[in-house]
Amino acid sequence: MRTDRPVRRRKWGGTSAGPVALLVAALLVIWYAGAVYLNSPMLIDRYQKSAANWSAARLVTDSWSMERPVLPAPHQIARELKRSILERSITSRRSLVYHAGVTLSSAMSGFVIGALLGIALAIGIVHVATLERSLMPWIIASQTIPILAIAPMIIVVLGAVGVTGLLPKAVISAYLCFFPVTVGMVKGLRSPSKNLLDLMRNYNASDAQTLWKLRLPASVPYLFASLKIAVALSLVGAIVAELPAGAQAGLGARLLSGSYYGQTNLIWAALITASVVSASLVALVGRVERGATRRMGLQP
Amino acid sequence: MKFSLSSLGALCLAAAAAVMSAAGASGALLTAILLTALTAFWSLPIRRGGWRAGVVCSVVIIAGAWAVLQRVHQQTTAETGVWVFVAALSFLAWRTMELLSAVSASPKEGKAPQLLLDLSVPLLFGAWLFFLWESLTTGLAVPQVLLPAPSLIGGVLMNAAATLAADFHQTFIRAVVPGFLVGCTCGFITAVASDRVPFLRRGLLPLGNLVSAIPIVGIAPIMVMWFGFDWQSKAAVVAVMTFFPMLVNTLAGLADAGRTELDLLHTYAADYWRELLSLRLPGAMPFILNALKVNSTLAMIGAIVAEFFGTPIVGMGFRISTEVGRMNIDMVWATIAVAALAGSLFYGLFAMLERTLTFWHPSMQKRSQGDF
Repeated sequence: MRTDRPVRRRKWGGTSAGPVALLVAALLVIWYAGAVYLNSPMLIDRYQKSAANWSAARLVTDSWSMERPVLPAPHQIARELKRSILERSITSRRSLVYHAGVTLSSAMSGFVIGALLGIALAIGIVHVATLERSLMPWIIASQTIPILAIAPMIIVVLGAVGVTGLLPKAVISAYLCFFPVTVGMVKGLRSPSKNLLDLMRNYNASDAQTLWKLRLPASVPYLFASLKIAVALSLVGAIVAELPAGAQAGLGARLLSGSYYGQTNLIWAALITASVVSASLVALVGRVERGATRRMGLQP
Repeated sequence: MKFSLSSLGALCLAAAAAVMSAAGASGALLTAILLTALTAFWSLPIRRGGWRAGVVCSVVIIAGAWAVLQRVHQQTTAETGVWVFVAALSFLAWRTMELLSAVSASPKEGKAPQLLLDLSVPLLFGAWLFFLWESLTTGLAVPQVLLPAPSLIGGVLMNAAATLAADFHQTFIRAVVPGFLVGCTCGFITAVASDRVPFLRRGLLPLGNLVSAIPIVGIAPIMVMWFGFDWQSKAAVVAVMTFFPMLVNTLAGLADAGRTELDLLHTYAADYWRELLSLRLPGAMPFILNALKVNSTLAMIGAIVAEFFGTPIVGMGFRISTEVGRMNIDMVWATIAVAALAGSLFYGLFAMLERTLTFWHPSMQKRSQGDF
């Protein structure tokens, strides 16, 4: 295949910093304008009901400071974030840190389960031809069905057996995680060239030795490329898993309660928190990857 | 190893099953057990090239599975001998897959035999899983609330076809398809347009990659608030979710054109449009189709999850969340079956398209061992 080896993305710095900054600035301008556009019908309606005098300037400032706007302005979201992260103790139920922690813990347990399962499946598939022929098509097919649709059922069914709390959510995260890891690892474990495999045969190496000394080290770049995808998916899984079962805590529960009570600021704040957590997880995996590849001498 | 271990296992377990159920079992079951033992013994020394053996084993397995299902549906709880026999059948099924995996059709017979072989192993595996599911849930009397048997789910599929069709129409035809079309088209157009402006491209690519790391599904409540409970909000979620993969992939694909080819077109004095239409867009096709495949699964997920945040009283996501609440788990499974079928067909459509449109790409050439 063409993408023989996962290509490392160019870093953020350098030539793309300027364009990105400009695009973000443009996005903010559009956002503020959009807030005025989307919020003004409601405001004008309100003005007319109270027969107040209103000017364009007042409309603009009001639309950026509504209690429950259709689209909150960025600074309102920032204020909400500040209020629910910095100004509350971490253990408070209104602190986003607390909710992010709940989601993160189930996402991480799911990520670990999914990654281990994915690696184990890949090792099995690489070594047993029958497993490859019989299982691999089903693994691929399992991803074309909307797995998240099964989430509510997994939670209720596991709850009926008596398993509640962290584990059902972790199961859903793991289900989402294992696939990219399996596919990436199968590719990675097969990546050593015929020459190297022949060399191992010359040394009379057993399958286990070949796996440990050749295949696994060779698969590390592929593993990290898949882990980056998997870690982002694990958070999605944990958030969605919190939606159906009426979970009390977690970012997904925050989104749900925000949408019940029309508190848009809350929704956006939870959304931003989720994005930041997710992006930092991906960055963290990238950091570990750099450390690992450097230590293995794969890159200077 | 002289003998196949799985055949040996099947033989031993079938013998044990015959002894254990000799007294109570019906004639059909005993015949099936003996047949299995004979087949296992016969396939013991076959080393390779046995598609005939594979077919014989498959027939025996189907007969055995049928006998087990008969038995399990007659009684509320099956005896131990039956389960030993199921284990024996499992070993024989593994042996069959082993035999069939080792065969490869000769190329001069055309493509059909190889295709049949490629399909037979996963089909056997899938059928085996369904058989285990059916026999275990009925035989062990698993409560329906935990896991209904496939036959029950099939019954619901038949009985509630009208409801399921309405849900499918609401979620797939009215939310997934429009959202998918809008999202993919917008992503494609944005990518082609921004490709002309390098400045824009350099800014969009990192942003698009960043967005791919965040859980976009979370915008569902906002979209429901903006566009109401009906399908428009779901289509909007789908459009946003499909936009970014298309954007990033198309940008990467357009940048993939080789230096040599570009130089060649340059010597022909080709203008921008000629270059785009003749070289860069066709070259980007594998990337674009990859985005379409990724998006086809994302779109289903987006629409169903958005329905968890509020819908009119129709739709797959709505059906799943309400029927779970009412403990009608068989209805939930039926909805999931419909969703799985729709999702697989949607994905398969683009996989087929990929095969026809990008047949020239190295990944579409005859697969070397284990290249996915």
